[in-house]
Amino acid sequence: MKRLAKWRLFSLFAVMALVLSACSGKPYLSTLNPAGEVAQTQYDLMVLSTAIMVGVIAVVTVIFFIVVFKFRRKDDRIPKQVEGSHKLEIIWTVIPILLLLILAVPTVSATFKLADVSEMEKKNEEGKTDALVVNVRANLYWWEFEYPNQEIITGQELVVPTDQKVYFNLIASDVKHSFWIPAVGGKLDTNTDNVNKFWLKFDGEKADEADNLFYGKCAELCGPSHALMDFKVKAVPSDEFDQWVTAMQEVKEPQQAETDLAQAGQEVFNNSCIGCHAVTPANTAPEAARLAPNLTNFGDRERIAGILDHTEEDLKNWLRDPETYKPGNKMTGTYGELTEEQLDALSEYLMGLKVMEQ
Amino acid sequence: MSTLAQKKGFGATLWDYLTTVDHKKIAILYLIAGGFFFLLGGLEAMFIRIQLAVPNNDFVSAGLYNEILTMHGTTMIFLAAMPLIFAFMNAVMPLQIGARDVAFPFLNSLGFWLFFFGGVFLNLSWFLGGAPDAGWTSYASLSIASEGHGIDFYALGLQISGAGTLIGGINFLVTIINMRAPGMTYMRMPMFTWATFVTSALILFAFPALTVGLFLLIFDRMFGSNFFDPAMGGNTIIWEHFFWIFGHPEVYILVLPAFGIFSEIFAIFSRKRLFGYSSMVFATVLIGFLGFMVWAHHMFTTGMGPIANAIFAVATMAIAVPTGIKIFNWLFTMWGGSITFTTPMLWAVAFIPSFVAGGVTGVMLASAAQDYQYHDSYFVVAHFHYVIVGGVVFALFAGAHLYWPKMFGTMLNEFLGKITFVLFFIGFHLTFFIQHFLGLWGMPRRIFTFLPGQGLETANFVSTVGAFFMAAAVIVLLINVVITTVKNEKVGNDPWGDGRTLEWAIPSPPPFYNFKQLPLVRGLDAYWLEKMEGKQGMSPAEPLGDIHMPNNSFIPFVISFGLFVAAFGAMYRADYSWGIPVLIVGMLITLGSMFVRSIKDDHGYHIHKEDLEDNNDKGVKA
Repeated sequence: MKRLAKWRLFSLFAVMALVLSACSGKPYLSTLNPAGEVAQTQYDLMVLSTAIMVGVIAVVTVIFFIVVFKFRRKDDRIPKQVEGSHKLEIIWTVIPILLLLILAVPTVSATFKLADVSEMEKKNEEGKTDALVVNVRANLYWWEFEYPNQEIITGQELVVPTDQKVYFNLIASDVKHSFWIPAVGGKLDTNTDNVNKFWLKFDGEKADEADNLFYGKCAELCGPSHALMDFKVKAVPSDEFDQWVTAMQEVKEPQQAETDLAQAGQEVFNNSCIGCHAVTPANTAPEAARLAPNLTNFGDRERIAGILDHTEEDLKNWLRDPETYKPGNKMTGTYGELTEEQLDALSEYLMGLKVMEQ
Repeated sequence: MSTLAQKKGFGATLWDYLTTVDHKKIAILYLIAGGFFFLLGGLEAMFIRIQLAVPNNDFVSAGLYNEILTMHGTTMIFLAAMPLIFAFMNAVMPLQIGARDVAFPFLNSLGFWLFFFGGVFLNLSWFLGGAPDAGWTSYASLSIASEGHGIDFYALGLQISGAGTLIGGINFLVTIINMRAPGMTYMRMPMFTWATFVTSALILFAFPALTVGLFLLIFDRMFGSNFFDPAMGGNTIIWEHFFWIFGHPEVYILVLPAFGIFSEIFAIFSRKRLFGYSSMVFATVLIGFLGFMVWAHHMFTTGMGPIANAIFAVATMAIAVPTGIKIFNWLFTMWGGSITFTTPMLWAVAFIPSFVAGGVTGVMLASAAQDYQYHDSYFVVAHFHYVIVGGVVFALFAGAHLYWPKMFGTMLNEFLGKITFVLFFIGFHLTFFIQHFLGLWGMPRRIFTFLPGQGLETANFVSTVGAFFMAAAVIVLLINVVITTVKNEKVGNDPWGDGRTLEWAIPSPPPFYNFKQLPLVRGLDAYWLEKMEGKQGMSPAEPLGDIHMPNNSFIPFVISFGLFVAAFGAMYRADYSWGIPVLIVGMLITLGSMFVRSIKDDHGYHIHKEDLEDNNDKGVKA
């Protein structure tokens, strides 16, 4: 029997390993492809707990099959009425307690490690932090990312340097959302009441595998388009990140469109869009007045509205009728009907809003 | 009493059920109403799975999807699982302790009608401007922001039905404490009765938290208060605490009776007494107790900080220990037994691996640091369906087959029962196992659609296929019920042949007074003990005498109806001028009927000794 148990345990582990390696999901999205210290810590805990649990399941399964096959009714005899067994009961009380202790210790230590944001509190002479801090503000169905030290704001696409800790302040401006980059680390809610803080680290090699683009999700039901409240994370080496920051900071005034078409588009933008969408990164308006994603580097982004392909065609579709693509969004009906010429011009202009030289 | 046995017309039967205070008839009412809501919730589940079968599907719209997912959860928990469990508690528990009814038959009826009207009120939202759409947890910032009256239907409907549940719980507690037959000590009570006892205690302490939370929500939404508005000094997190202080014990309110049903089944169909009875009792009480210490594990990502998270993580893991004790006790109940695989036993046996799978993912979720990945993803969806379907729904199916003869006097078809089991078992694992992986691959829960290119297509499709198996299983069960009811082949006291507890010592269905003479209980598995000594039935504990019975009453229906009317008034108060008058009229109906109940003495009636002697074929054979 013991050998049988061992064999089963082994084969179950083998199957589990196979399953885990074969079905680990997409490198830009899956928690089973940990791309940073936080996700790695969590993944290690998953593996540890899965191993313990598979062990438990194996024991139960063995007893289960013995019982189900061996003790089927064969005759009309009345089996011996057994009250219980103190020895057995002590065994299956003590062993689970030990197994849980094995899991509890790393759980508690990881919980404290992942919540350690003391670096965020340390201010240098300028009153800023040495650590990279991003203020995340979640809104019905878009994300704002503010870099308080760098004094720039962007939306929908978080840009971060790889291989260093990035600290986050999280809050929501309307209803509760939750900030989740599955491949990089577990989520934390963006409450309406208070700022939540945590950190993530984006692994450089893993970022390469994922084409430097991780998928971010809203993980708390927030309304009809909860499913579509995606954002993207561009994780780039730190020198590239610094270039991006400098390029963003250089945009002091709205970029002037160059072609005639784009200039016409800018005019449309200034008439219809600028009330909500800013095109300068050093946005000095208060939070409450920042009603929509900052579009300073819209042309550099990978998706439109977080979900659509970054093409002029999709941009025009979106502008024609945002409601179709994100039901319940706050943009629908805030601007008049746009003619096809206006759409052409506007998309030409928006696609030209780039800070990085290609 | 012969007049009572005569066939009644449809109108008379209906009136009988509207006014009944008999625990066995109330059980049937719970079964019918709960079954109806179960089908409704199942239909909503099918819509969910059809919508998610392929990426970018437009089977239902985004807003409608949120209404469906909210109503699926709310209906299944409050209007299907709990009432169905109440059905079995009502049908079986008084028989198991050798009582003639529950302690407060009138309140029993009131509890049912409150639940029923609350459930109807909640579901009327579909026809009156849209159902609630903030999830069954109805987190405050979203539920306050939600437009229309959906959330009002949720808050008022659950408030009314919750009152019914609370009344039911108190009633069961009093019944078990006071009405056990002579010799039925606490440590001789059948496991299902113990489960009912602990569950009722959980209801008593957990539901008030929900009541308070719902009142605050009602005040905020309908009467202009600001408990949950941070801008006005309110706090949304407090709702999460209120909800989960109720919500986590609720999980055990559902699953402990399920454990009870399975404990009965393992013993009956293994022909062995429950292994480690006293440790089973201890484990049940411990689970109930610990169930109140762990609510915040639903809020690990809310930002409570590492100290709170670590404490609740360890506390939650501790629950695995008593649950593990139960699993091993069940296995060793079967060990050395003489097992026969009837339909209830198939469900019970299948429950063990299914529930263990749900239990171990529960431990994984308890580990706070890794929970940050699982939380609000499909991993959680998979986990709680393994626990609630693999634990509770399996038990409801098992219980339905096991107690059908006791409730209706006829057996469900075993062959069809086994087909139901096989289809459901396959469908269940097909639907939910893969969802663990969907969650780990990065799929959040409660999303109305998913985009292609994220590696989620195949698994979602597989999951949808599984749902259809479960739907087919339920249809087979319905056919089974119809066939069985039409055939109506009557069975005797102990149709399974191996009954151990008191309910199997009396006819199926039992006479309305249950026991002609209260039985004398001489140990655990009282009826089994008598059988083993070659006796036909229980020894009576009292001489044959008059039996005091309660009168039927229509008042519970009217009290509940009044609240139903008042809820409409409260909800439309701000929209229409008739709101306030309707609120007042509704409350007058309720308070007026309570007043009538208070001043009108109702002493019930007596069944006379002579009448009982005429029916020697019924009741306990002395």
